[in-house]
Amino acid sequence: MSRYTAITDADLKHMLATIGVASVQEIFDRQIPKAVQLDGALALPQGLPEQDVFAHLRELASRNTSVEEELSFLGAGMYDHYVPALIDMLMERSEFLTPYTPYQPEISQGGLQVMFEYQTAICELTGLDVSNASVYEGPSAVAAAAYLAKLHNGKRRIVASAGLHPHTLATLATHAHGFGMEIVEVPLREGVTDAEAWAEAIDGQTSAAIFAQPNFYGAVEDAQALSAAAKAAAGVRSSADENGGGALTRADVGARRASGGVEGAPVVIAQVDPITLGILASPGECGVDVAVGEGQPLGNRLDFGGPSFGFFAARSEFVRRMPGRIAGETTDVDGRRGFVLALQTREQHIRREKATSNICTAQALNALGGVVYLTWLGRRGLVELGELLLARTHYARETLAALDGAEKLHEQPVVREFALRLDADVAAVRRRCAERGVNPGVDVHALSGREEDRGVLLVALTERRSRADIDRLAETLQAALAATDRRSAGEAVSV
Amino acid sequence: MSADSVSDRMSAGAVHGEPPLQRERARTIFQKGAPGRRAFQCPQTEVPLVDAEELLPARFRRAQPPRLPEVSEPEIVRHYVGLSKRNFDLDSGFYPLGSCTMKHNPRLHERVAALPGHARMHPLQDGERAQGALELMWNLQSALGEIAGLPHVSLQPSAGSHGELAGVLLTRAYHEDRGELRTKVLTPDTAHGTNPATVTMAGLELVSLATNEAGGVDLDDLRAKADGGVACLMLTNPNTLGVFDPNIEEIAQIVHGVGATLYYDGANLNAVMGMSRPGDMGFDIVHFNLHKSFTQPHGGGGPGSGPIATSERIAPYLPQGVVVRGEDGDFAFEAPRPKSIGRMRGFHGNYGCFVRAYAYICSLGADGLKDASEVAVLNANYLRARLQEAGDGDVAKHLPLAYGELCMHEFVLSGGPLKRETGVRTLDLAKRLLDYGFHPPTVYFPLLVDEALMVEPTETETRETLDAFAEAIAQIVAEARADPQIAAGAPYTTPVRRLDEVAAARKPVLREALADGAPV
Repeated sequence: MSRYTAITDADLKHMLATIGVASVQEIFDRQIPKAVQLDGALALPQGLPEQDVFAHLRELASRNTSVEEELSFLGAGMYDHYVPALIDMLMERSEFLTPYTPYQPEISQGGLQVMFEYQTAICELTGLDVSNASVYEGPSAVAAAAYLAKLHNGKRRIVASAGLHPHTLATLATHAHGFGMEIVEVPLREGVTDAEAWAEAIDGQTSAAIFAQPNFYGAVEDAQALSAAAKAAAGVRSSADENGGGALTRADVGARRASGGVEGAPVVIAQVDPITLGILASPGECGVDVAVGEGQPLGNRLDFGGPSFGFFAARSEFVRRMPGRIAGETTDVDGRRGFVLALQTREQHIRREKATSNICTAQALNALGGVVYLTWLGRRGLVELGELLLARTHYARETLAALDGAEKLHEQPVVREFALRLDADVAAVRRRCAERGVNPGVDVHALSGREEDRGVLLVALTERRSRADIDRLAETLQAALAATDRRSAGEAVSV
Repeated sequence: MSADSVSDRMSAGAVHGEPPLQRERARTIFQKGAPGRRAFQCPQTEVPLVDAEELLPARFRRAQPPRLPEVSEPEIVRHYVGLSKRNFDLDSGFYPLGSCTMKHNPRLHERVAALPGHARMHPLQDGERAQGALELMWNLQSALGEIAGLPHVSLQPSAGSHGELAGVLLTRAYHEDRGELRTKVLTPDTAHGTNPATVTMAGLELVSLATNEAGGVDLDDLRAKADGGVACLMLTNPNTLGVFDPNIEEIAQIVHGVGATLYYDGANLNAVMGMSRPGDMGFDIVHFNLHKSFTQPHGGGGPGSGPIATSERIAPYLPQGVVVRGEDGDFAFEAPRPKSIGRMRGFHGNYGCFVRAYAYICSLGADGLKDASEVAVLNANYLRARLQEAGDGDVAKHLPLAYGELCMHEFVLSGGPLKRETGVRTLDLAKRLLDYGFHPPTVYFPLLVDEALMVEPTETETRETLDAFAEAIAQIVAEARADPQIAAGAPYTTPVRRLDEVAAARKPVLREALADGAPV
């Protein structure tokens, strides 16, 4: 008996008699061939009392430097925002923590209503018509959106901005290889997606056009222009193909768009940072078809990278192609308002190999944290927080770019994160800062592996980093730069 | 649960129509509050004011803020605590949902996962300052490899279905690397829906295998379909019928004989931990569900975590980010494998789930994990036997066992006879169980069983609970025979009664409608 099982000797005797066997081993012996039974015990340590397990896990935790133990400006996809106490309390409640997927809606109204509220909040945030109840996390949500595009238009080419997070690009490549799509990467120019190359890359064969807002290097993209260009380019080209080379005029394309979308246009997908959506134009306003992203900034812990949640919202025409759980409203036999899992005929447990995705569950508990966080911020709070981040990010960027040996990577507007080019080896600078208890940000080359990212430091702000913290970062970074050998940016450095 | 409380539940269940608490009309948070209310107090900006246009040009700015709720903190707490009370959960009662392994979630795990050194670790922290996290991941990789009998582990996939996708992509990479074009994946017709859906997402073609009379793979069908075009056989063992395939060695031989790989869906691993290992059965790739066998709480439908383990020949293709221990004893993410399939997601996987699963493995150890599987199988067989004798054989007559005599960690009943005699369907029986305070088993799965009920009690339930459940089933069967309308109208005691799922599908309402300037 372990402390989580409860079968006493008396229970065992009674139970074996009821089953009609002499021993538990007999139940196994009669079902599992001897040749595939494990000979001996697993080579694992013996079990421990609860307090010993606690001590071991605490000791492991003590050898991690968390954001509580240094002044951290790490970001690049996950951010140290303040999580209000009430979220901890709600996420730890048994009624939210321990049920399974709401297959029995009559006893799952709480969880289903949370999903419905979450979907409403995500629709409001993104300016799009429908949201699912969440997917795994950010980068795989982008891959799921590309799969939606393939199901929608049957085409196989993805045009992806190089401003997407390196993990997103890698995740997209892995998944796209699976479902048979190829990726054309569009480079950046002056910190944002090269508009000319973007329009050039998109044609009538393009299934999906994907960019990040803000992009990986912190820059605000002209989302509206990217969306419009994607639709226009595809319209012009596909029509040109059909017309045997005769190009449509801009007015023709405009007219088609006004009449409800351009035939042959790719699905425009944006990976967005939800914390910026109080101040940045929404994906819906910008003409984006599907908005996805990493939900961690919304009331979820860092957890060394997960679990968090991915959000997935789209225009209503895509609803029957969406992956994952979706809650919907209905009534019970007495006419009372209630909620159920809706549109399940899209899903794997019913459609099997014809499902819109293989995803089985959402990230319900993490999405609960997300919707409670948005409710806690409220309508004004999301905007106020966005303005606060904008102002502090601007201050930090100007302050750090003024340091000797640092400059802005680009001049584009930034809202919560920005990139600097250092005139020194980033790893060495970061080590010197760490000695003073400061983590100045992400070594971009180490993350992306791109040659042009050598010397680039990505600095993220949250409301937890005060002006004094930023000033301390500037001082520390200046000292570290002064103490580190200078070399021209881009030069290979071996550490 | 005492016998008294069972009869209490039954009499409570017999009173229908009495409106319980929490039955007021559902109002969402968007329908509450008032303009100007707030819970968030924004910190001071502190930095010098800068012209708005310089900060962010107007063309990038949002015209109208999202219409989020405007509520005070007490309203938020009341609202969501109120919603929580409209959920049934594992901490409140028996949850024998087949193939979901609803075992007890120790609170220790929540405590250790919340330690700042775990919960507040940024995923891009430098390796030398994340040694505790990397050691934990390395230890977990090693333990999972040992449990599976397959030594190469990637913790990255986000859930079981994501692990499956990783596994099929690994298989593809393996064959592609050998210059072989193999497009077919075999799965039995008893497989979870995620298996066929995964095959499609991985760009391969599904070929379904028949099930034999004993509930295992039909070997003749397998032999007929196993050829040089087959990439992989995906198998759950024990399968969704609770049957451990007695021909597993021969199956492995046939599959390997045509050069295909054997994939183990770990959904039912809870039946065999420390008793039998997928690697020893001949499997090449396994995915684990840390939210099943290793008791990550299900969270109302996520988060999960779906690590994979592989044999030597599949290892070169594993996703990036495997943790290794260097000669100096330090831990690090290894350099990318040249033949890696790449990345399944951002960062390192669901580390918070790793902490919980690892704490569980530390608590139980080798003997405890074996004990868990032994008791899971014992409990399932006891409940199966109790049901067969319950109601003086009435249950056995109306809800016969679909396959086999003994079972592993779960078993499947058929509600076909009950439906034919009384008109009470499995769905009705499930809804009636709600009035008795139990979560129903998985229903209508596997698909090949008529009116299926798939029961998985898990090892953490007491004999008393299993007895009470068997009695409740017997009572409902008796009730159905006396008055089928009772079950047909159930449930009566839940926050809402039976919901119209058809209407929800026909005219989907998927978000709250907001008037401009809500609350509405």
